[in-house]
Amino acid sequence: MKGLLSWLRGQRWIGSFLAAGLVWILAVVFAGGRGGGEILSSALAFATFTVIVGLGQMMVITTGPGNVDLSIPATMTLSGVIAMKLMDTESARILVGTAAAMGASFVVGVANYALIRLLRIPPIIATLSSSFLVLSTAISVGRGLRIKPPPPLADFATARAFGVPFAAIAVAALTVIIGLTLTHTIYGRTVAAIGQNERAAWLAGLDVRRTRFATYVLSAMLAGLCGILQSGFSGGAALNMGDDFLLASIAVVVIGGTSVAGGRGNVPGIWGAALFMYLLVTMLNIFGASPGVRLIMTGLIIIAVIAVAGSENPRRA
Amino acid sequence: MTNPRLLRAALPFLTLAIVLTATFYVQPRTMSYFGLNLMLQYAVPIALATIAQMFIITVNDLDLSIGPFVGLVGVIAATVLNSSPVLGAAALMVCVLAYGVVGALIHVRNLPSIVVTLGLSFVWLGISVTMLPSPGGKAPAVLKAIMTVQTPYVPFPILAAVAIGLVVHLALMTTSFGVVARGAGGNPKALARAGWSMLGTKVVMYMLAGLFGLLAGLALLGLTTSADAHVADRYTLYSIAGVILGGGEFIGGRINPIGAVVGALTLALAGAFLIFLRISPDWQIGAQGAVLIIVLALRALASTREKSL
Amino acid sequence: MSTEAIRLDGVEKSFGAVRALAGVDLVVAVGECLGLVGHNGAGKSTLMHVLAGALLPDAGTLTVGGTEPKAQWSAAASQAAGIRCVFQELSLCPNLSVAENARITHASLRGFGWKGRARALICAKLDEIFPGHRIAPDDEIAQLPIGQRQMVEIARAFTVTTAPLRLVILDEPTSSLDAVAAGQLLSYIRKETARGTAIILISHILGEILATSDRIVVMKDGKQVAARPAPAFDRSSLMAAMGSDLKEVEARGDRWQSPKADAAVVVRASPQRDGGGSELVVREGEIVGLAGLAGHGQTRLLLQIFAGHADVDRPVAFVAGDRQSEGVFNLWSIAENVTVASLRALIRRGLINVAAEAKLARAWRERIGIRTSDMGRNILTLSGGNQQKVLFARALASDARIILMDDPMRGVDIGTKLEVYAMIRAEAASGRSFLWYTTELDELTHCDKVYVFWNGKISDSIEAADFSEQRVLRASFAESGA
Repeated sequence: MKGLLSWLRGQRWIGSFLAAGLVWILAVVFAGGRGGGEILSSALAFATFTVIVGLGQMMVITTGPGNVDLSIPATMTLSGVIAMKLMDTESARILVGTAAAMGASFVVGVANYALIRLLRIPPIIATLSSSFLVLSTAISVGRGLRIKPPPPLADFATARAFGVPFAAIAVAALTVIIGLTLTHTIYGRTVAAIGQNERAAWLAGLDVRRTRFATYVLSAMLAGLCGILQSGFSGGAALNMGDDFLLASIAVVVIGGTSVAGGRGNVPGIWGAALFMYLLVTMLNIFGASPGVRLIMTGLIIIAVIAVAGSENPRRA
Repeated sequence: MTNPRLLRAALPFLTLAIVLTATFYVQPRTMSYFGLNLMLQYAVPIALATIAQMFIITVNDLDLSIGPFVGLVGVIAATVLNSSPVLGAAALMVCVLAYGVVGALIHVRNLPSIVVTLGLSFVWLGISVTMLPSPGGKAPAVLKAIMTVQTPYVPFPILAAVAIGLVVHLALMTTSFGVVARGAGGNPKALARAGWSMLGTKVVMYMLAGLFGLLAGLALLGLTTSADAHVADRYTLYSIAGVILGGGEFIGGRINPIGAVVGALTLALAGAFLIFLRISPDWQIGAQGAVLIIVLALRALASTREKSL
Repeated sequence: MSTEAIRLDGVEKSFGAVRALAGVDLVVAVGECLGLVGHNGAGKSTLMHVLAGALLPDAGTLTVGGTEPKAQWSAAASQAAGIRCVFQELSLCPNLSVAENARITHASLRGFGWKGRARALICAKLDEIFPGHRIAPDDEIAQLPIGQRQMVEIARAFTVTTAPLRLVILDEPTSSLDAVAAGQLLSYIRKETARGTAIILISHILGEILATSDRIVVMKDGKQVAARPAPAFDRSSLMAAMGSDLKEVEARGDRWQSPKADAAVVVRASPQRDGGGSELVVREGEIVGLAGLAGHGQTRLLLQIFAGHADVDRPVAFVAGDRQSEGVFNLWSIAENVTVASLRALIRRGLINVAAEAKLARAWRERIGIRTSDMGRNILTLSGGNQQKVLFARALASDARIILMDDPMRGVDIGTKLEVYAMIRAEAASGRSFLWYTTELDELTHCDKVYVFWNGKISDSIEAADFSEQRVLRASFAESGA
């Protein structure tokens, strides 16, 4: 039993799931003891999308302090808009639309890395600036009309089996793949190595540059994937669809237990944190709190989590 | 050796001159007192927010919450300050102090300022939205009066911006305290070894940022006359862009107050210029990102030339 | 009024297993210029940091001006007592001007007109020490070449506002100065000591020490081994004092076979940027040592070879000496730290095979003797010496045929060292080549060939048969144009 307890404490994702569980209980209590299953099912549906971008953001943050991808919302929007426009409600064109949207996301990832590497712009500023260009592109491509997604896509994005959304299952599989990549591939190990000590990683013979490049591309493409699915879910690509996802993508990474100093990514924690955040919103809504309270709480929780965790890599003297 | 340095110092003025000339060319009617006043109206709050960001950048951090903070100040001023001035003033003071606390937290726990201020931005926004769910409230009359004063010959926004730039320049670049503050960004270890308190310096700089954020919020409210939680969301990017356009650097304690103000003016102008150019509104937001990238690219080029000299 | 500026008695300082200071006594008289010399690891820098209040000693006493300091010794207390230091890492703020940097060290330069006073203060001192300098007080430090930066740092150390100057420590002050400025500094030192300021001068240029000091102290292995008035020393007696008298150092014996002289050349590199000067050649199965004083180009050459800017055609691995900042991955387990350079060989069906990885880690635990029961524990649970073994294992486990070592035995206990030396010899016998930069003279006896570095160039190359410590020392302190 003691061994089990210490193993549990060692798993850093437990915290976020416990917190999610706690909030779910509160939500059910406030709702008068009913609807627990529906609340959970809803949370799973919404959390799925945050998890997709959270995975990408986690990889970027794990490559070391100062690395963050602020262009995720814009890339999502661009991808959603391109996908919807090309698919044009026809099932036969789903593949074409997806390919184009993912291709555009790939280009954004490459552009981000080019700004960081060639122009030596800090990642925050590089991704922030590129996000504006990407968003403008999305706005001009998505002129006006809100095109509906083709029915198969919409069905896949919204359907559930015994209350569990199909999309959630698919993203769970994606999570497993990314988790395996982080721990069982040379690329994943290099990401963690760079995040802990970039110089040591170089001296150990690891390819720092290519790994960084791949990470920014991965983040952009995951954002692209999210944009396509989200458009399917919400009945079209809205130009403000990415708005909530900036803070959300960083929040699920931080609250999920990934070290902001880099070097340690926490994959299961992203699910726990995403569920926690949506259950928190639900609970607050049931409780009758105003929307501002949700914002305040999310912000405070993020600050609290990193303040407590501190910077794990000791301050380099 | 001085050539690249001169270039770096002159870049903000050059950029402003280019944008100004381009604007006059496209729309000659702006070349008047009234026209300039209208175009540069929002220069004052943008300049104040840019200076606030500059204080944070001086100590090698970045503040992603300045936009929502400016919005919050406006909300407090348009509601509480109007009804009970003492309570309102106290609330605003607490906000400035909060900035100091955040600075202390970031230093003591060695936290990344990006993530902390991103979280903080949602706290500010949440408070604003709770106090004022939709635009409303009323600006105190004195604010309105100050912001719309008609000064002779030179429009008020230009005078105010120049004054702000000069005051901060004097404070940061000529005083003995300013030296310590900038040194904290340039070589924090040397400063600590020489006996200065890094914690104290950071807290002071963060509180100065809070103070100027406060002034920015009040100035903006004086112009818009009613408050809106989201009115200043863009100010975060504007403030960062303004500091960079003005010749500042993210790391190393290299900042330029006058340049930052000029950068803010340029951004305010650029907004109007883009409208005149009839660039579709879709691309206005993208243009801002492009401007930032172009400026940074030019700077990267300039610094590689500097190194090869 | 005491005749002593400072006095250190029985100062000890250890960093883990390393005894940096093993009971040092040092006295500096008022108005005396004390030259401090010693080879790598003698303890000079550590002693100066203790004096400056940057390090707290484990034992020993300090008296300043004949009296013990009242409060806990610290950097602030040291400054208040009139002790100034110019260390090799410059402590100027590059974004500030010369005058503004003077303000940083003089808190009393404030209020109205401070800048004028600061300018006057620093300019007066620059003019006094380095007449004919062309530094303006408003020049930004980042814009100045390294030589001028060093002049500013030195001048600043001698400026006085509130506390009178008692002792100035100069650690390799002429390393970036040109000949003219160096000469000016040395004559200024004589002037300043005549005024009663004590000065400690650390330099690897023995000629400077002999010409400028009143007294010279030689340090070795954390202790003072000789102290005489300067005229009583000359270059050879100084070097004799610095060297060891261990017979084992000379006799290498035939403990193992040297590689044949016609083995394939695996590395050819030139430390000089223009490609001129002596070249470094490594053959298959050779252990080549890089010697000389620290920071004279050895690490730069190793990195040059690692980065591929040399004639190398086989895989290369690097063993870092500064574990914390260049070697260890703090968050990983011991096993992960060992296998990180060998991942390609562990891939089965597209993924890293964890079982094979664990097996590899365990195998190396046995081979190199890592003291731990569980390779899955965090790397920081190991002692420093064992962590260093992990870095070795990492390099040796990879497919590299050439192993570059950047003074990896620094701060490692003797037991670990002997185990690793045996490992190196075994690996060399099976065809791997080693390029070994070490700051400890006795480690060079394991090498088939030694290249000695001075000021970024190779000053001497010594075959094992001709090896002697004196020869290395002479080449390490070579002053005339190598």
